[in-house]
Amino acid sequence: MESLSSLMAMPWLDYSISGLVIGSIYALMAVGLALIFGVANLINFAHGAVFTVGAYIGWTCLVGIGLPLGVTIVVVAAVSGAAGALIEWLAIRPLNRQSRIAPLLATIGVALVLDQIIHIVFSPTPRALSANIPDWRLQIGNGTIGAIDITIALTAILSAAALYAFLFRTKLGMAVRATAQDDDAAKQMGVNINAVNMTVFGIAGALGGIAGLLVGLYYNSIDPNASFQMMLKGMVAIVIGGMANVPGAIGGGLILGLIESWGIGLFGASYRNLFAFVVLLVMLLFRPNGIFSRGKERPAEPMTGTFVTQTKAVTLPKPLIWVLIGIAVILPMANMPYITQVMTNAYLYGLAALALTLVSGTVGLVSIGHAALVAIGAYASALLTTKGLPVSLGIVIGGAAAALLGTALAYPAFRLRGHYVAIGTLALGEIVSLVILNWEGVTNGALGVFAIPPLEIFGFPLYGTKASYWFVLALMLLMAGLQVRLLKSHLGRTWKAIREDTVAAETYGVASNYYKGLAFGFAGFTAGIAGAVTAHQWSFINYDSFNLLFSVLILTMAILGGLGNVSGAILGAILVAALPEMFRTLAEYRMLFYGAALIILIRFRPQGLLGSG
Amino acid sequence: MKPLLQLENVNSFYGPVQVHFDLSLTVPENAIVCLLGGNASGKSTTMKTILGLQVPKSGKVTMEGRDITGLPTPEIVRAGIATVPEARRLFGDMTVRENLLMGAYARSDKPGIDEDYEKVLGLFPRLKQRLGQKAGTMSGGEQQMVAMARALMARPRLICMDEPTMGLSPLFVDRVLELIATVRQTGVSVFMVEQNASMALSIADYGYVLQTGRIVLEGPAGDLLADPRIRSAYLGDTAA
Amino acid sequence: MSDAILTATGITRRFGGITAVDGVDLHVAEGEFLSVIGPNGAGKTTLFNLISGQDRMDGGKVTLEGRDITNLSPHKMAEIGVARTFQHGRVFGNLTVMDNVLIGCHVRLKAARSRVPVIGPVLELGKALIQPRAVREEEEAMREEARAIIATFGERLAPRIDNPTYSLSYANRRRVEIARALALHPRILILDEPTAGMNESETAEMQEIIAGLKASGRTILLIEHKLNMVMQLSDRVMAMDDGKVISHGTPTEVRNDPKVIEAYLGHSSIGGARPAARDSAEPQEIITVGPAQGRIGRTGGAEA
Repeated sequence: MESLSSLMAMPWLDYSISGLVIGSIYALMAVGLALIFGVANLINFAHGAVFTVGAYIGWTCLVGIGLPLGVTIVVVAAVSGAAGALIEWLAIRPLNRQSRIAPLLATIGVALVLDQIIHIVFSPTPRALSANIPDWRLQIGNGTIGAIDITIALTAILSAAALYAFLFRTKLGMAVRATAQDDDAAKQMGVNINAVNMTVFGIAGALGGIAGLLVGLYYNSIDPNASFQMMLKGMVAIVIGGMANVPGAIGGGLILGLIESWGIGLFGASYRNLFAFVVLLVMLLFRPNGIFSRGKERPAEPMTGTFVTQTKAVTLPKPLIWVLIGIAVILPMANMPYITQVMTNAYLYGLAALALTLVSGTVGLVSIGHAALVAIGAYASALLTTKGLPVSLGIVIGGAAAALLGTALAYPAFRLRGHYVAIGTLALGEIVSLVILNWEGVTNGALGVFAIPPLEIFGFPLYGTKASYWFVLALMLLMAGLQVRLLKSHLGRTWKAIREDTVAAETYGVASNYYKGLAFGFAGFTAGIAGAVTAHQWSFINYDSFNLLFSVLILTMAILGGLGNVSGAILGAILVAALPEMFRTLAEYRMLFYGAALIILIRFRPQGLLGSG
Repeated sequence: MKPLLQLENVNSFYGPVQVHFDLSLTVPENAIVCLLGGNASGKSTTMKTILGLQVPKSGKVTMEGRDITGLPTPEIVRAGIATVPEARRLFGDMTVRENLLMGAYARSDKPGIDEDYEKVLGLFPRLKQRLGQKAGTMSGGEQQMVAMARALMARPRLICMDEPTMGLSPLFVDRVLELIATVRQTGVSVFMVEQNASMALSIADYGYVLQTGRIVLEGPAGDLLADPRIRSAYLGDTAA
Repeated sequence: MSDAILTATGITRRFGGITAVDGVDLHVAEGEFLSVIGPNGAGKTTLFNLISGQDRMDGGKVTLEGRDITNLSPHKMAEIGVARTFQHGRVFGNLTVMDNVLIGCHVRLKAARSRVPVIGPVLELGKALIQPRAVREEEEAMREEARAIIATFGERLAPRIDNPTYSLSYANRRRVEIARALALHPRILILDEPTAGMNESETAEMQEIIAGLKASGRTILLIEHKLNMVMQLSDRVMAMDDGKVISHGTPTEVRNDPKVIEAYLGHSSIGGARPAARDSAEPQEIITVGPAQGRIGRTGGAEA
């Protein structure tokens, strides 16, 4: 009873007010995502970057130029709206005829590029933002509401009202609604679908930009690293509300805001993001059509072929492969320790990319949460070896842990299709990282694990860059060889059949979830080893060592080399991880380089350099 | 009669499959022409080709002598071709009124649109009481009415209808036939793709029979009705 | 038709307010050839989807050799010997002809797969990596058999055995689908429009292959729009319209049933004014209108 009364004594009204205020901002983000999903059938990962653009335009107007808040809101809406429209025109429209996952990957590239540009122009450190809003608070019952809360809620409501006026009072708005319902029929009425798409991206951009400004006002500061988190919040809100459902998105945003605010009240602020992802996962598994949907889900047509285009893979001639391996083996003899170190790092990425290319390429589950598998392996080995376990054993256990835990975590996502796989894996990646952050008793929380013992084989430590280079090279070649062998067995064709057409594969007796599990198991082992070795190489890891950017990076490598292609994964890893290091100027603009590489690849060579396997 | 729409030697493909083989047909001004055929004969692809949703590999589509082959659909709508798509394809979450206005989307002559709006409601008085209702909540027959009214809102010279009687009760089929006759009286030609030969021929002026992508039979509707070859085009030419 | 190998009773499937399949009964005896015909939207494919497990029925029961197989998952259906092809042809585009057919052998793999619980997955991975002799021999036997099946399609598939199927012509992909179905050693073979999109000579060739399957004693269920073919191949025909069976009997009975003619043409009197006028030359002429030969070459040219 004690605990119940202390629970009752908590300031629930305050929590609810701040939940609704934050929720109204989430709603603004979500409405844009829902509109885009409705007309373009696409989850726009660049939506967060537009949010950040809005925040910085707002800062420029308010702090830099000193404009009043009203004018600032209009300028923010105009500039970020233009940014949204530009994204549609430059990155999405050219991909019209490509597979449905292609524009999604392109928006990830756009997000990286925009974020990096903001870092370059405004520096990567947060800035203070204030709009001279009076700081009085009104007492309501046992809670308070401030001028800032009212300002934000009012702006959000007015923006939503403007959107509704557009949708229901204008001809173009009517065309947007018609297109969202049935784009073919709309086309037959003479609607220019491209114009509708651009309009919708523009509106979504404007609303997202305003949301960026409002979050800045609420916290009195703007953070250039908030893009992905905010985009994810919007995404969770539309999953709650039912993807293309605009009023649902508003409801979803408010619900998410409340859940977060109450959750923080109960468990503490460091869990903030965890609630969102747990809600996301629960929704995907039990109510994939959102809480406002009625009736049964229509049986989904499979997204066949996912991103693997119909091209023949380039088979490297055997002698060439041996020559390349030979060169790799003697490379350290050149006595360029920096190059040796860079290449060791690239091979570690190569191991991770091997695993991803199996899951996303061969089996067709495009994963944006691959870092989770690597992190599990890294933490398992790091935690056990710091407590005295031999390193070589730790690496193997790290691989096994990632294989088992990774497969178990991903298993619920196996029944998801298309975009939902991407969202689901992304949520998994974030959840693993947040569990590491919050499970302090085991993982040491935000401090991370340090003094991780260096690499050794059966008690013989590997001193120096050369020894560890050879070790990592051998490990990568071993895993690549095993993967090639698996692909040549009945498993190779079975996996590819699942990717090409899951329904047809099931019809011929392939239990697809079981075989997806086998692929995840093997890939998890490889990724876990990659993580474990990385941990011993770096001697320090924390929850952020293997973040979303890491996942995107690995995916870029796999796509660059050719999804499903074993030698392609290694080539992709070397190009993406090693090249920027060798050219110093590139290293500074690394994200710009990755993002641009992703966009250009998807546009011009979706099958990758060596072709899909 | 002056030709309005003409297809000349159209060869189209669906992926690697050839759907049309040198397809040629003509819809004259102020006429009802039907294209008949059984399953998988290529009827729906003919519709898509006219509307620019599918571009033929070779051949020509002309409207009033103007080449419209491969034009984007909005252009073709502006050239005077409106459509009643298969299964009607109304915007179910939008009101009847909005559906009608969507029909006039390609136009910008506000007074003309208002005028046609009144005219169409005069033609379909039943819709007048339903203007605020969501189209998706109406019965199949009422939806067919909305679809036709929506097509007329484009002020077309020609309306293409894809299986206008599919899924309707026999009672309402007759009603739809009346509506099609009404539409023709306003000076608009109708090109109708149908599986139901007796129904289509009973109101058409001229008919074509399509079988696996080729016109195998054509003629004035009355002649076709009695032609035994039409039965073999649908049901095969030999008994087991 | 005394001992039905497959029996379906009262099969019903509703989508929203529409009953796509409405209380359909169906039975097929060992070695029998049953065809289902009907106009677009009659519910034929939905019916087949329900029988082969792609979709779940709202009511009804299906038994195979006395065993209840109602609403089994598709891969379990395959395990007990139900094989089907798809309306629009669903081959695995990036897999070779050989690998496509080998997927058909999947349910018959004994050595390579593992049914041991818990450690089964590890065993299957391990065997795939080590490739013990039993696994190698089994794989080679399956390949041998796949080659033999592919060879029944003559020069159409055999020279392209290592080509990915996306590079094949449409007709060849349909052939691969049938080869894949045969590799399963099916108790019952379900063919959904196997000649859709084929020209006359390809259709004739496919008809010959299906006639050969029938002659070898296979039990076959067929959906087909080319009624000539249905009439020539079937032991029995079932006609559907609006989700219901409207006619059922020998091919001739069904073809002349006024209800069937009405379902297709709208009215049974259409084109029936002069039934005596069915002299053989005239209809023949209609079917061959157009210079067909030249175009066969062109469609065949899609092959890489």
